[in-house]
Amino acid sequence: MSWIDIGHIEDIPLRGARIVKTAVGCVAVFRTAEAEVYAASNTCPHKGGPLSEGIVHGQKVTCPLHNWVFDLNTGLAQGADEGQITTYPVRLDGARILLDGDAVKTRSAA
Amino acid sequence: MSKQKLIVIGAGMATGRALEHLFDAAPDAYDVTLFNAEPRGNYNRIMLSPVLSGEKTYAEIVIHDADWYETNGVTCRFGERIASVDRDRKVVIAENGDELPYDKLVFGTGSNPFIIPLPGHDLDGVIAYRDLEDTNTMIESSAIPGARAVVIGGGLLGLEAAAGLRMRGMDVTVIHLMGHLMDRQLDEPAGYLLRKALVDRGIDVRCSTNSKEILGENGKVRALLLDDGTEIPCELLVMAVGIRPNVKLAQDSGLAVGRGIHVDDQMITSDADILAVGECVEHNGAVFGLVAPLYDQAKVVAKTLLGEVDAFQPKEVSTKLKVTGCDLFSAGDFAEGADREDIVYRDPARGVYKRLVLQDDKLIGAVMYGDTADGNWFFGLIKDGTDVAEMRETLIFGPAYQGGTASDPLSAVAALPDDAEICGCNGVCKSQIVNAIKDGAGTLADIKAVTKASASCGTCTGLVEQVMAVTLGDSFQMPAAQPVCGCTDLTHEDVRLLIKSQELKSQPAVWQELGWKTPNGCHVCRPAINYYLLADWPLEYTDDLQSRFVNERNHANIQKDGTYSVMPRMWGGITNPSELRAIADAAEKYNVPTVKVTGGMRIDLLGVKKEDLPGIWYDLNQAGMVSGHAYSKGLRTVKTCVGTDHCRFGTQDSTGLGIQLEKKLWGSWTPHKVKLGVSGCPRNCAEATCKDIGIICVDSGYQIGVGGAAGMDVKETERLADVATEEEAIEWVTAFMQLYRENGKYLDRAYKWVAKVGLDWVKETLADDATRTALNTRFEISQSVYRKDPWADHAEKRADKYQPLADLTLEAAE
Repeated sequence: MSWIDIGHIEDIPLRGARIVKTAVGCVAVFRTAEAEVYAASNTCPHKGGPLSEGIVHGQKVTCPLHNWVFDLNTGLAQGADEGQITTYPVRLDGARILLDGDAVKTRSAA
Repeated sequence: MSKQKLIVIGAGMATGRALEHLFDAAPDAYDVTLFNAEPRGNYNRIMLSPVLSGEKTYAEIVIHDADWYETNGVTCRFGERIASVDRDRKVVIAENGDELPYDKLVFGTGSNPFIIPLPGHDLDGVIAYRDLEDTNTMIESSAIPGARAVVIGGGLLGLEAAAGLRMRGMDVTVIHLMGHLMDRQLDEPAGYLLRKALVDRGIDVRCSTNSKEILGENGKVRALLLDDGTEIPCELLVMAVGIRPNVKLAQDSGLAVGRGIHVDDQMITSDADILAVGECVEHNGAVFGLVAPLYDQAKVVAKTLLGEVDAFQPKEVSTKLKVTGCDLFSAGDFAEGADREDIVYRDPARGVYKRLVLQDDKLIGAVMYGDTADGNWFFGLIKDGTDVAEMRETLIFGPAYQGGTASDPLSAVAALPDDAEICGCNGVCKSQIVNAIKDGAGTLADIKAVTKASASCGTCTGLVEQVMAVTLGDSFQMPAAQPVCGCTDLTHEDVRLLIKSQELKSQPAVWQELGWKTPNGCHVCRPAINYYLLADWPLEYTDDLQSRFVNERNHANIQKDGTYSVMPRMWGGITNPSELRAIADAAEKYNVPTVKVTGGMRIDLLGVKKEDLPGIWYDLNQAGMVSGHAYSKGLRTVKTCVGTDHCRFGTQDSTGLGIQLEKKLWGSWTPHKVKLGVSGCPRNCAEATCKDIGIICVDSGYQIGVGGAAGMDVKETERLADVATEEEAIEWVTAFMQLYRENGKYLDRAYKWVAKVGLDWVKETLADDATRTALNTRFEISQSVYRKDPWADHAEKRADKYQPLADLTLEAAE
């Protein structure tokens, strides 16, 4: 793992999200509680809705386009919908948000 | 063999306990010399809060008095610091130059309070809360009549300081950076209850608040200046934002130091003859602030000094706040997780909140507020890793209550006081309904007949039924009502009434007092509750962007490809060449792919990227245009015809009235979108008769219709009133808007709401001049907050939030 400092916890509103541009596409970084963050693909597998714009509740996010709900721990769609978003390692070091740089690098052909 | 020499630096609780163990096990092993920078021996620092509040005296919290030190042969050098340690010669050098040799040395240098380096932090009257001196300073300050205090830090220590100062009669304000109090030990619901208890005792608590500067006068603190420009006057400012291990001497002596003094499991530092214990140590990356692990360390220190083998193992810790009357307890790990389950118990009537966190059939965390009697039992289960699968069903009720029934979902209603108003239309309070039931009223119809409760608009029907259920018990069959969502059993109507009657003014207040089943709602209830709170408490409640659907959060309509549409307001459909030019310039500058004229008489720019929103808004603002709210559950457009200005049939200035209405109503939030139309004659070119509110101008004045629709349902408006003047028309329309805002269910268009409550009720209500005036007044109070251009506000203050947090594409490509 190579932790990259992507910002301060207060840069993300409580129960909100911001995106980080990476080689694997836009990654949404969610702040689910005062000091709790998750990172996952910003793109809903249903119709490509931007998940960072969804309403964040508990440790879940609801896609703004058609209300699919994803658990941010597993990336799995909840309820009757079937699908999964990629999640990425992210952690807090004090107030700084660290994202695993290795996980968001372009995946090699090997 | 002669006695070995032991020197201890610091007479705190950890070293004190270590010495007790040492003397118990081998009273003659060491000659002990004890240095302490404070001019006194070991006292119970944890109990400083009761000393501050006046509930205890210093004498009562002394652990080791002069007698104890003498009995155990300790040479006390209190009020003296150690200047340096010469590890090669194994001597410590005291401040006065004395050199004392040691065989073993123990560091117990404790911690220093962290002082935020705000400008003015060195002013007189700015103190930390750490020792008896600080406590005495606070007690002296509180003795000055009218003295005010500010406490920075809403953690354990800060709140104990605040409560103590308040008990001594000071005006106290607590400033806390995070969103809820004691955010390290408590979750949000418990933090909410704690805040409520402190506010009830007259402490001003401000969360999510950042300090900017401490203002002084003649070298003394005068006020605290916040980020938002607010000044809070104070004569005493207590900083209680945390502690840092005091490692200076250890570092100067060349010991390995990180955040604290590095120690191994035997509490030995990087020098085999030097040990460390207490708040100054760092063990496996962790530092310690609570007393339980420090006492565990002390035990190991004593063993190590006696050459016996023992190892320090950090254990789960629990926290209790020592503020009389605020019962809270937290232990273990209570973050949520995929593999973790929550058991939540809320009893709004008693202000009780309990949450247990389970993982693999074991209890790993507990947060409790209001009733902490079972705290230690739960703490025991956490520490022992007990398998709780067998008692899971009844676990939360504690050890004394196994096999009981579930909590009462009606407790929120049961908790209402007798004089709580249930039916606002007819002024019926709970006790009247209860008395009617006791006198024999057994059905909703009986209650209506006897008390008139729910006999008018009917919004309180659900609540009346719940009062019946609570009073009659099993003999009452509750009709099935549609709850807001899975987070609660209450209906929209019930929630709304309870928000008003219980004066709930924040989302955590709603979640707690109404017994929400989830920690912070879901995408269904959050926007609804946010709307109810901002509509009912416009001045007290702050609109929560994170509880809004994306369009209302970003003040633009999201499109299927994730871009947005931007639509500036055109008052009454009137525009001019310079506005059109600005729209054209913006469309070109931001490469807007589609420019469309809408049905609401304005121009839509479709396909704008999120990052460009603040820029395009700024450009449109510069041309005098504001948000058209084409995305909101609020006022959309006021469609007009040209009226008497140009039309040969026009009877009144319909365009002018439309513009006046739009300028009055814009920016207001409503249960669902609201569209208006004003037609200048009955030919109705503005299609006003299928709007939420539509006005038809006639020779004699204005016909006001409401409840039209032209969407999934098509519906013609029904006549609300005929009035003679423009002023009256505006007054009636505004009153109708406010009545809808105050009573409508979230996501019910006006026509649905009117159908529920009945047009007759709406007419009767608005026919009363005083009621109409009051509704207009309340609308204007709300508009003092919301009649503002959100585009200008976001472009100025939140533009950065529209950009990515970071761009790693360059680094990742390498």
